[in-house]
Amino acid sequence: MSRIQELFIKKQHEVLNVYCTAGYPECNSTLTVMKALQDSGANLIELGMPYSDPLADGPVIQASSSKALENGMTLVVLFEQLKDFRKTIQTPVILMGYMNPILQYGFEKFCADAAAVGVDGLILPDLPEFEFETEYGPIIKQYGLDFIFLVTPETTEERVRKLDELSSGFLYAVSSSATTGKEKDFTAVEVYLQRLQSMHLKNPVLVGFGIKDRETFQSACKYANGAIIGTAYIQMLNETKNIEEGTRHFLQKVLGTTA
Amino acid sequence: MTATLTYQHPNEQGYYGRFGGAYIPEMLHRNVEELKARYLDIMYEPSFQKEFQLLLKDYVGRPTPLFLAERLSKEYQTNIYLKREDLCHTGAHKINNTIGQILLARKLGKTRIIAETGAGQHGVATATVCALKGMECIVYMGEKDIERQAPNVARMKMLGAKVIPAASGSKTLKDATNEAIRDWINNPVDTHYIIGSVVGPHPYPDMVARFQSVISEETRWQLKEKTGSELPTHVVACVGGGSNAAGAFYHFLDELSVQLVAVEAAGYGVNSGMSAATTQLGTPGILHGSKSLVMQTADGQVVEPHSISAGLDYPGVGPLHANLFASGRGTFVSATDEEALQAAFHISKTEGIIPALETAHAFAVLGKLQLKTTDTVVICLSGRGDKDLATYMKAMNI
Repeated sequence: MSRIQELFIKKQHEVLNVYCTAGYPECNSTLTVMKALQDSGANLIELGMPYSDPLADGPVIQASSSKALENGMTLVVLFEQLKDFRKTIQTPVILMGYMNPILQYGFEKFCADAAAVGVDGLILPDLPEFEFETEYGPIIKQYGLDFIFLVTPETTEERVRKLDELSSGFLYAVSSSATTGKEKDFTAVEVYLQRLQSMHLKNPVLVGFGIKDRETFQSACKYANGAIIGTAYIQMLNETKNIEEGTRHFLQKVLGTTA
Repeated sequence: MTATLTYQHPNEQGYYGRFGGAYIPEMLHRNVEELKARYLDIMYEPSFQKEFQLLLKDYVGRPTPLFLAERLSKEYQTNIYLKREDLCHTGAHKINNTIGQILLARKLGKTRIIAETGAGQHGVATATVCALKGMECIVYMGEKDIERQAPNVARMKMLGAKVIPAASGSKTLKDATNEAIRDWINNPVDTHYIIGSVVGPHPYPDMVARFQSVISEETRWQLKEKTGSELPTHVVACVGGGSNAAGAFYHFLDELSVQLVAVEAAGYGVNSGMSAATTQLGTPGILHGSKSLVMQTADGQVVEPHSISAGLDYPGVGPLHANLFASGRGTFVSATDEEALQAAFHISKTEGIIPALETAHAFAVLGKLQLKTTDTVVICLSGRGDKDLATYMKAMNI
């Protein structure tokens, strides 16, 4: 059983997944950020692999990716940084990124290296399910990695079921058909999340996109197992002088563990 | 010829050989799936075809002439015909596609149009058809290109389009494309994205190639009239993303006697580090939703190409062309900035036609093709040079 699956056995409510960009704000801050997230109560860490043309990301995350690339972040550097991370970090880690850099690295080598350092799962938004089923899925499974598909309010019920079937770990419910960081009316989202909940899917559901504070986190958690915060956390990193302290304050607010 | 339609059409998943597909995030799935399910039915509906053909004739000005360039033919000791896409309304072939897609967008019930543009030609062609059909038009254009192509920005605005600067990444065509795709993700219901070239996720490469195929469709009957044969020995076209080349090659793709010559922009030289010769410098990768040849670093980051011509300044190439390259069906050559400039001046003086800088690349390779007196060469004169006057003036020290 994977670390992600174990997590959801222990915890079915208010699971918090926080996104951070590898190599941001500094090339060597990857582990500092991950450790700070673990110590501040994040249940899952979604580690973004920076790409020059990140279609599904909004401007804040794209800017962090550009900065990370300037900082010298590459997949080779990332796996070097992650070599011993399991000695200090026990939180499940998902790598999120785009297909092109992975293809250049070598898809199988990527999966092998990810599994070897202790990564638990993958989110690759531009890997379509046809190619997943015919070509890449078996390699991902061979290395014991979870693979998480995205669904949106526009995804038909039949397709949600199919993507749920293909996913393991959890299902990523995009709260609106939008790139990350866009604010949307959360009541419309609730209807969609209720619909997902009533489908009794195989996987736990985490809600992403538009989650930025205690209020939106709680709304998302009402109809799902938890939520994913990305843009708001990167924005905090942009502004903070101290990663550990900034992360602690940020997560305290989201988790409601402070007055 | 039905048995050998292998170069023309992608398979059901959108692959031309190893290239193509639809590598898109789930947020675009419904839109792309809807397009994929309906584009062929809509395009070949009699009512669609009737309106499309009428607009091509009365609005675009088709058929465009196939012109025997006598002085040029004499110079190269062969027979050179120019397919005059520069005479299309708005000055380039781009409008063949935008007319088709705006009609398609209406059939899909969309009310808002978005587009990306590099040099501004596709942006102008999109703004034009949006004005014609009274549709809202938003064009994404790299911040750098907005500075470089002021006249086209003004034309788009005059036509009622909103031009939004793409300020991310390298602030050029590839980033404008990223921004347009993001807009589409954020506006999934009412918006149609008119891609300007044979790039993007399936079915775009096939759809755009079909709309542009009118170029070679006309060439065939025009050649028959002029030479008695529908088939030339060579078709020459410049390739950035590859839309004019796709159109010029289309009805010859499976006529294996016809040599298809694709001319890429070498910039300062293929190996200068300042080039846009994607098939020479690229490796298989995924950009803007399809697998093709992509100029990228060893780490898989897309690099910014260079060409004097903004329309060829793209780090990818359509999957149809990547397959022509990989299979050897196409002959891929390149011309430098300097060679293209010289060719532009030469054609202007020899034939009285000022070509677009993109098109000038196609003329620049004539000397490298070892043409025979019996050959029939069709060059796709994809656009006129008015938009490039500033560059030409600089070259003339005016």
